[in-house]
Amino acid sequence: MSQSLRPYLTAVRYSLEAALTLTNFSSQEVERHNRPEIEVPNTSAELLLQPMHIARSETEQVLIEPSVNSVRISLMVKQADEIEQILVHKFTIFLEQRAEAFHILRRVPIKGYSISFLITNKHTESMKTGKLVDFIIEFMEEVDKEISEMKLFLNARARFVANEYLGEFVY
Amino acid sequence: MPYQSVAAVYKLVKAPIYSHCFSQDKSLLAVTCKNDCLVYRFDNGPAPQLVATLANHDKTVTAVDISIHGRILTCSQDRNAYVWEPLSDGTYKPTLVLLRINRAATCVSWAPNGYKFAVGSSARIIAVCYYEQENNWWVSKHIKKPIKSTVQCLSWHANGVLLASGGTDGFMRIFSGFIKGLDNKESVAGSPWGEKFPFGSLIREFYHGSYIEDVQWRSSVEKVGYVSHEGALTVVDYANNHAKVNAPDGLPFNALLWINDHEILCAGFSNHPVLFAESGANQWQFAKDIDKVIASASSPIASGNEDLDESEDANGNGTFGISALRKFKQLDLKGKVSTDVKETAHENTITQLLPYAEANGQVSKVSACGLDGKVVIYNI
Repeated sequence: MSQSLRPYLTAVRYSLEAALTLTNFSSQEVERHNRPEIEVPNTSAELLLQPMHIARSETEQVLIEPSVNSVRISLMVKQADEIEQILVHKFTIFLEQRAEAFHILRRVPIKGYSISFLITNKHTESMKTGKLVDFIIEFMEEVDKEISEMKLFLNARARFVANEYLGEFVY
Repeated sequence: MPYQSVAAVYKLVKAPIYSHCFSQDKSLLAVTCKNDCLVYRFDNGPAPQLVATLANHDKTVTAVDISIHGRILTCSQDRNAYVWEPLSDGTYKPTLVLLRINRAATCVSWAPNGYKFAVGSSARIIAVCYYEQENNWWVSKHIKKPIKSTVQCLSWHANGVLLASGGTDGFMRIFSGFIKGLDNKESVAGSPWGEKFPFGSLIREFYHGSYIEDVQWRSSVEKVGYVSHEGALTVVDYANNHAKVNAPDGLPFNALLWINDHEILCAGFSNHPVLFAESGANQWQFAKDIDKVIASASSPIASGNEDLDESEDANGNGTFGISALRKFKQLDLKGKVSTDVKETAHENTITQLLPYAEANGQVSKVSACGLDGKVVIYNI
């Protein structure tokens, strides 16, 4: 882990721990509804808490939006060049299409971010909060590694293909 | 016998328990579980026995309370509350309470005398309910002003008139719940909180800013303690004195309980109770943690027989298969747990604290329920 990654992840970890203090909260707008307050247009401003924005660099940021019964976490994954952009897009699409199996994954990321999670009080009641935080932190660690690995792989493959193809023209 | 902070752990249900209540003689325990309220009997046996399921609600039951007469009161997000009268054959007869609210009911509290109760709701209303003999049901009177958001917690003063409430609007308010014909003026004579207590009047208001999660009266010293979402315990009195102390773990509390006139137990998102003590006039400070796990340096489970794998690698035969095997083994250990980590008695957030054993105004045992479906009894 590089030197600047650790304080970044620590900041995210503590912010998440503080944000994941959710309660079962029935809607005070709509009768007999219980909905994640962060996801609905809300006329009661007191139910939404101050969003937290943590940035390591211009391309690596986390936005944590807490509310009384749900937290939305949006990640911006590092995309240095066009290949990484394509890879990140493919990768997140792959995950989002399987959002049911991931429980906390949001199907569509919010604007400007690569991937979003939505954690509600249902999740903190059925899972351990510490493990949820661990999962998100681990995901942040892994996703960079995964993308750069995929990029190396892609480059190696491209080089091999180019060699093979252009080799035909060498006399 | 050495001091043990945890006296008993009862793993009752798989769903979260938002609220629990023991009967007066501690033989019955009522807990909320999804859309039902479960009643357990504590016999001599080790495990409590399920004796009744109170299943009239069709949405999550949010709170339960048992009066000194043994009547069980439940309220739910389906906007209703029921009073369950125990019958001689061990069953319960439900009576619907006319709450007249159009949003979820969030919290309930029987008055100390057991003849009226208060229900807080998301409709920004506190309903104070009492039994009307002529109509044979429970009717309610509303406290509306100036509540601006969901009421999350309620507490009656021992005189049965003053009612403290807190909610997501960040105010801790004290109202009068005086019902004509039920309460008499002698019970509040000489109260330091005011002169007159007409029903629904706002006696005192304390602005805090963040959600108030729980509020409790200490009638003998005329103080109110409350815990809020920014992770603080605050104690106020009738002279508007105000003492605040922060949670040592930095996580908010969901519940508090007065142990005696000078000590308060709090619990919440850190999964274990914390004791605070009064260190001087209007000064409170952290006293001790109860059942806290001290993180020890522990190693994760070793990943099987590593030496063997390496020796085969060195031989060079079957390298491909073995490396694939190792890769899967490592994947298997992704969510690695170390075996020697000790867990707290509650594995998830604690939602409510109630006195379990009390003598001369000093609580010696406390019962707590949590989102992990457990009820734990702590020694203080």
